[in-house]
Amino acid sequence: MTATPLITPRRSNTDNVISLSGAELAFGDRILWQGLDLELGRGEFVAVLGPNGSGKTSFLRVLLGQQHLSAGTLLIQERPPRRGSALLGYIPQHRAVAPQTPLRGRDLVRLGLDGHRWGLPVGDRRTRRQVDELLEAVGAKAFSDRPLALLSGGELQRLRVAQALATDPAILLCDEPLLSLDLHHQKVVAELVNQRRRTHDTTVVFVTHEINPILEMVDRVLYLAEGRFRFGTPAEVMTSASLSSLYGSPVEVVHLNGRLVVVGAPGSHDHGGEPSA
Amino acid sequence: MTGDIWQQIFNYDNYGELLVLVRNSLIAGAMLGLVGGVIGTFVMMRDLAFAVHGIAELSFAGASAALLIGANVAAGSLVGSILAALIIGALGVRARDRNSVIGVLMPFGLGLGVLFLALYKGRAANKFGLLTGQIVAVDTVQMSWLVGTSAVVLLGLAAVWRPLVFASLDPEVAAARGVPVRVLSPVFMILLGLSVAVSIQVVGALLVLALLVTPAAAAMRVTASPIRVTLLSVLFAVTSVVGGILLALGSTIPISPYVTTISFALYLGCRIVGGGTTRRARQVAESR
Repeated sequence: MTATPLITPRRSNTDNVISLSGAELAFGDRILWQGLDLELGRGEFVAVLGPNGSGKTSFLRVLLGQQHLSAGTLLIQERPPRRGSALLGYIPQHRAVAPQTPLRGRDLVRLGLDGHRWGLPVGDRRTRRQVDELLEAVGAKAFSDRPLALLSGGELQRLRVAQALATDPAILLCDEPLLSLDLHHQKVVAELVNQRRRTHDTTVVFVTHEINPILEMVDRVLYLAEGRFRFGTPAEVMTSASLSSLYGSPVEVVHLNGRLVVVGAPGSHDHGGEPSA
Repeated sequence: MTGDIWQQIFNYDNYGELLVLVRNSLIAGAMLGLVGGVIGTFVMMRDLAFAVHGIAELSFAGASAALLIGANVAAGSLVGSILAALIIGALGVRARDRNSVIGVLMPFGLGLGVLFLALYKGRAANKFGLLTGQIVAVDTVQMSWLVGTSAVVLLGLAAVWRPLVFASLDPEVAAARGVPVRVLSPVFMILLGLSVAVSIQVVGALLVLALLVTPAAAAMRVTASPIRVTLLSVLFAVTSVVGGILLALGSTIPISPYVTTISFALYLGCRIVGGGTTRRARQVAESR
């Protein structure tokens, strides 16, 4: 890095990986969120919650540089967001792979390394070693040579974590990665993300409609609803008073055996994002 | 009677002399096999088998229009293919929309083609050839056109190979990684249109699938390694075309039934070989 002296002091006093100020996202006259000021530091784990259509996925698209803010600014490591930036790793929600897809586990991981480059996949020993290391890191060695179409949802999501880690990103963006996984695999995949955060100080932005599988890992919650938002620690945001004022209608947060259950939130129990098949 | 039919289907008198005459056809056939085998794997990955059929019918309409007005048939089929490919690509981004767009376009193209052919007063063999294929003697002009187009397709695919695989598997993740998913889609459709247009010269509009889909579908039955799928798919497609030309030699029957039968037999063989392995692997996967 050749940072000019002018910039260096600024970097030292802000340790922020992602900073949003006065950010607004609107489609036409429908405002998804506005006045969003957010500073996320290294190694911070943020859950993004909210009903369907509240702009959770759009929030990720903004961070990915695929969607421009209607107002305000976004800086990622002091720079404007850039499409395809290697600073960001993206883990999608689980979708089954078409039968007979001519790719194996290791091929999916490799796409994270060089899938964006033009030309033929001419492999060298170095690429192969990198893929092996990534597979090792998520415990996916055992099924790395198996066809993708024959893997379970949990196995595929592990590979997708490995794929997202290929560029050694500073930030992991997770778009409902636990959706349609069974409880055991939800735990495994969430733990992989958390482990990466611990070992590499990676900032995690985790979009989910269900906070419980990651409740113990979350530092702060960004709750989007009704064109407004709440941002703070789970203890601050996930309370009956805070969510009631956010929704503008009575909402109750119940603690049940260490789980959080939100009762009465309009649209929050709509699991419409799940694939029907 | 039976002997007569057999004689028509398989006749190898003067084989050596005939072989010399079709040398160009054999080279052209091998080239098409290469193109079909390679692009077929992407057709399968992107779930475009039906689109190939739709493009072929509009390509047929273009070719018959060219035949009617006395223009270059190859150019007519090329214009038809590329138009169809771009329309299908633009209107049918999602698979479900796409199938209905193709279902609407296909009969329209076929109908136009029938109209143009009905108006055409030339040789009947020309008409029939567009639908069922004719690769009897490829002259030098056709040959250079065919080789040129094939080269464009192969070089184009080689250039976009990795991002195309990425975008075909997981468009959202590819886009997040900076792959220009929305540009790749029409680029691929143009390459597909070109491949359909050249294939029609050999196997005809009705049977293009035998070259652009069957070999890749067969290969995917027996392996999931991307390299092996491509190599096998090419091997199957080349075997089908070249084998078809060699078998058809000396008979009065068009080449297409030979090509389609060989490629179908290869597919059946792969299903039988691959069936067992896939079932076993699936049992293992489910038992975990």
